[in-house]
Amino acid sequence: MSFVSRGFKGRRRDPEDPGRVPPGQYVTPDFPVLSAGPTPHTPLEEWTFAVVDGDERTTWTWEEFLELPSETVTVDIHCVTRWSKLDTTWEGVSVDTLLEEAGADSPYVLAFCDGGYTTNLPTEDVTGGKAWVAFGYDREPLDPEHGGPARLLVPHLYFWKSAKWVRGLALREEDEPGFWETYGYHLYGDPWREQRYAGD
Amino acid sequence: MAGTAVRGRLRGLTWQVATVDEVVDETPRVRTIVLDVPDWPGHRAGQHLDVRLTAEDGYRAEREYSIASAPGEPVAITVERLEDGEVSPYLTEELRAGDGIELRGPIGGYFVWDGEDRMPLLLAAGGSGVVPLRAMVRHRQRTGSEAPVRLLYSSRTLDDVIYRGELEEASDGVEVVHTLTREQPPGWGGYARRVDAELLADVAWPADDGALAFVCGPTSFVEAVAEGLVDLGYPPARVKTERFGATGR
Amino acid sequence: MEPIDGNAIGGLLWEVFGAELTTATGTCAGCGATAQVAELVVYLEAPGTVVRCRSCDNTLMVVVDVRGTKCVDLLGLAALD
Repeated sequence: MSFVSRGFKGRRRDPEDPGRVPPGQYVTPDFPVLSAGPTPHTPLEEWTFAVVDGDERTTWTWEEFLELPSETVTVDIHCVTRWSKLDTTWEGVSVDTLLEEAGADSPYVLAFCDGGYTTNLPTEDVTGGKAWVAFGYDREPLDPEHGGPARLLVPHLYFWKSAKWVRGLALREEDEPGFWETYGYHLYGDPWREQRYAGD
Repeated sequence: MAGTAVRGRLRGLTWQVATVDEVVDETPRVRTIVLDVPDWPGHRAGQHLDVRLTAEDGYRAEREYSIASAPGEPVAITVERLEDGEVSPYLTEELRAGDGIELRGPIGGYFVWDGEDRMPLLLAAGGSGVVPLRAMVRHRQRTGSEAPVRLLYSSRTLDDVIYRGELEEASDGVEVVHTLTREQPPGWGGYARRVDAELLADVAWPADDGALAFVCGPTSFVEAVAEGLVDLGYPPARVKTERFGATGR
Repeated sequence: MEPIDGNAIGGLLWEVFGAELTTATGTCAGCGATAQVAELVVYLEAPGTVVRCRSCDNTLMVVVDVRGTKCVDLLGLAALD
């Protein structure tokens, strides 16, 4: 029996509502900034978003991107480091829109970002109204420290999949592990089944 | 010296349970915890130790804390309670004398001062960054070192100054210069702003004196001061830095 | 969250490599810059610990704690002496 620190509870004090909060998470009113590297600052004149299919690229400049239909959504987000934030409001372009315009058809995608970060997802988890490329948070332009000008938003999976500073989606035939997945995080990352690490 | 380094490197680093001997409130938000560590191998001024807390359900949290005491004194750490912290509220409010606490250490071979260097010391502290520097000052006192010391200590208000009484009584050859960045008491004649190039130029030993500098505190403080010292002519290798995390931990 | 430095991972690296490494010199595989581990840029709050070169931001080391087991990658270090 290992040592237990008398009276230590960590952040979890009262059990959270299990219908709303996935297992092992605590609700925070803050919006923690977790980074693996310096905040990129790509000028908007240089920014593009691309759907990459082998040699083919469908790209949008920032102006073109903002002309796409967008929507405002309110969702809960869950970070693998155990914090959850409820009722967050975002404005973004549905990934459905982007993949449709690109005529994309592959089982998986790999999101790629300024700074080199990547994360992998099944295409069906970023379509059907489940994912956006978000450029607005809380009715303001998305702050660079939170991934602005645009980040991926996939609220039904752990938030490391909602890649900050996203610059595109590369279509893939295989589920190729991205940055954190390569180091032992779960390939899929469903917070409701507590899929934090590979093998969970 | 090389032999010591090798021996130091090959020593195992294992968790052990220490007992809290005493807790001392330094300021409204800061507490020193004096520990009784059964298998303590001794430490050097500037080193830190890792603390691990385990909840009933097995949930664990780990943090590092600089050792506040000099080599030869009982092991002590000084903890600042951070807003929305996970570990610091426990250490500063719940933990009490007689409790066990898991730790490992000492750790660190870079941000250390053994007192053999006779050159002037410039110690620059941002907030709780004063902790490892205080261990250095105490070590200097205990060993009778004649290295002249200037401690430049930046705090928000006078009430936030840690070890205030001790620093006021600092002995021969130790000069403490405070700057209070947010609020100053009536009649305050000292510095009242964040450390900038001019303040640093006033306080730091001239570059020609060959001083060794230790800068500790939040990252933004450390980088501003370290850069400032290099701009004043300090060789980068004579400016040692230790950055503390800024957000609640 | 501002990054900190290699002083903060002294215990972690000791656990992984069995030695005190804060004074070890790392050589960046990206730009060749050398620095003591204590002076490297460390991002500690992400899902894992990421250590970067102060000169070029290249990722030197990644450490992830997977259920108590540390997984380390030294992909960006040309040398660690």
